[in-house]
Amino acid sequence: MADHLKKAGNKQVHPLDDMVRRDRMPHIWCPGCGIGTVFSACLTAIKSSGIDLDKVVMVSGIGCSGRAAGYTNLDSFHTTHGRAIPFATGVKLANPELKVIVFSGDGDLFAIGGNHFIHAARRNIDITVVCVNNLNYGMTGGQAAATTPEGSLTTTTPLGNPERPFNLPLLAYAAGAAYVARWTMLHIQDLTESIKEAMVKPGFAFIEALSPCPVNYGRRNKEKPLDTLTMYRDKTIIKNGASPLELDVDSRKSIILGKFVDIQKPTFFELYEKIYRPAE
Amino acid sequence: MKPALLTGKHYITGDVACAEGALAAGCRFFGGYPITPATEIAEHMAERLPGVGGLFIQMEDEIAAMASVLGASWAGKKSMTATSGPGFSLMMENIGLGVSTETPCVVVNVQRGGPSTGLPTQVAQGDMMQARWGSHGHYAIIALSPSSPQELFYQTIRAFNLSEKYRTPVLIMTDEVIGHMSERVEIPEAGKIEVFSRNKPRGRRDRFRLFSPVENGVAPMPAAGDGYRIHVTGLTHDERGYPDLTVDAQANMVGRIVGKIQNHLDDIIQTESYRMQDAEIVLISYGVSGRTALAAVDMARSQGIKAGLLRLLTVWPFPEAMIRSLAGRVKGFVTVEINLGQIHLEVERCAAGRTPAFLVGHAGGTLISPQRVVERIKEAF
Repeated sequence: MADHLKKAGNKQVHPLDDMVRRDRMPHIWCPGCGIGTVFSACLTAIKSSGIDLDKVVMVSGIGCSGRAAGYTNLDSFHTTHGRAIPFATGVKLANPELKVIVFSGDGDLFAIGGNHFIHAARRNIDITVVCVNNLNYGMTGGQAAATTPEGSLTTTTPLGNPERPFNLPLLAYAAGAAYVARWTMLHIQDLTESIKEAMVKPGFAFIEALSPCPVNYGRRNKEKPLDTLTMYRDKTIIKNGASPLELDVDSRKSIILGKFVDIQKPTFFELYEKIYRPAE
Repeated sequence: MKPALLTGKHYITGDVACAEGALAAGCRFFGGYPITPATEIAEHMAERLPGVGGLFIQMEDEIAAMASVLGASWAGKKSMTATSGPGFSLMMENIGLGVSTETPCVVVNVQRGGPSTGLPTQVAQGDMMQARWGSHGHYAIIALSPSSPQELFYQTIRAFNLSEKYRTPVLIMTDEVIGHMSERVEIPEAGKIEVFSRNKPRGRRDRFRLFSPVENGVAPMPAAGDGYRIHVTGLTHDERGYPDLTVDAQANMVGRIVGKIQNHLDDIIQTESYRMQDAEIVLISYGVSGRTALAAVDMARSQGIKAGLLRLLTVWPFPEAMIRSLAGRVKGFVTVEINLGQIHLEVERCAAGRTPAFLVGHAGGTLISPQRVVERIKEAF
């Protein structure tokens, strides 16, 4: 038995059992999918942060990653497509003592929800956004996303993607995020530490987690499940503090991982309080 | 700092009266986006909310505004937004989420001429069917339509009360003229205002079911952070709130959403009758056109026509039983509204061929004159 499982009587207890709704298992994620690993990292980060779990809220949009909210044993909201961030904004501003985490996918957060992402970052809303980036729309069967690399095959780009993808950390940085990091689901310790650090830090935090979608993306792009993981190991470079300009995901060069932005600046709520409710 | 309740006599616009009504009802979160002719509601809330412990945020669009309102409601605050046609269209998606997740909130539509950008500064009542069916799927909703700034003040309080009681978005379908006109508005003392707040769950947390009706056809509603570890989804869900994509779960959920409104019509529907005792010609109207219809009744009466008015303060759910009971007993129904026939279709449906139903309306841009209504009555009867 793996180390992370221990026996309690006849029942196997996973260290994150108390963090998931066991009555909602099994989950919908495909074999070889990375969302579960990112989800585990996120739950481990939440648990180890020491924050009162009754005060942690998870908000998701729509898509494979959007199902995460339904599996966590926290106050959790599975909202409309692309709208997790403005929903989370409402939750956070209505009760600033809550810790709000948005857990969603690249299609949800950056195509249909792109406008909300940049504005929440600009306002420095004190939420943590974890984006599982699997480079395509998995749930609907593998269509091109705003993150699909140029030339890649998807069901809606059958001869190759003619569009260029977003460089997500650059976008977050340009929009004003206080914390920006990128890891792959293979870099689970770094990813977990990053999410934890982001949660504790005030301000808009963004963490991109690259994650395989072997069933829809990998299959069409001659990438076997293990190939993607090997690529995450061999063709990535950890470069903390790298310029956001060099963070594009391009199969012709290495993918840069690390923490790129970690700055202090007043949140929307802090400024609102200061301007509208100055101390008597 | 001004108190939440500005008891006293005021001379204010409908938009400001609406904002004051919201504050009186306990609204403490406004997520908005500017749009004529509803902007003044947002502006007034931006000024007033910080002083009463609330928060105003101008979001990036109406989609985000509506999403933030739902989020704030689940965090325990009475929440609202205000918009007009184009923004109302954008809000439809998350109004549907609010309906599905039984989230109390108030959405004000200060109607202007449409479709599309239409007549930004001019009156219309063309969004009445959109209010009823604008979000996808089958559901029920509550929509109110006041005829004066004073009434807008009271109906805004009522909208919050109904939304909290029945855990549903409530729409206030006002219009450009009521929103922008200034009239005397009297704000009573706190003791004379009835304010209802959502029931909170009590007892064992592990036994609590988020969508299991207890009172008024709805379950009590905890806030995020209360320790109930709730799950809320726009997917079809069971009484725990867990996704359940089955025919039975769909029937139960939609049945509950429709039932909680259909089973409380007496509480939700409010109408005002004017000179109806011996009326043979019944005018049906709402919002600013209710004022036209009122004047038309008096004008018709002065010419010997026995006219009366049934003014709908609640437009949805439609006061179906009332129209059905009049059908066959009166000579005619005349619906007065600034569109080419929306509520008129409902009246016609409920008249069921037993009483002829006519429309006095136009496509929008100005009010309907009482003279036109009286002429139409004379023509038809």
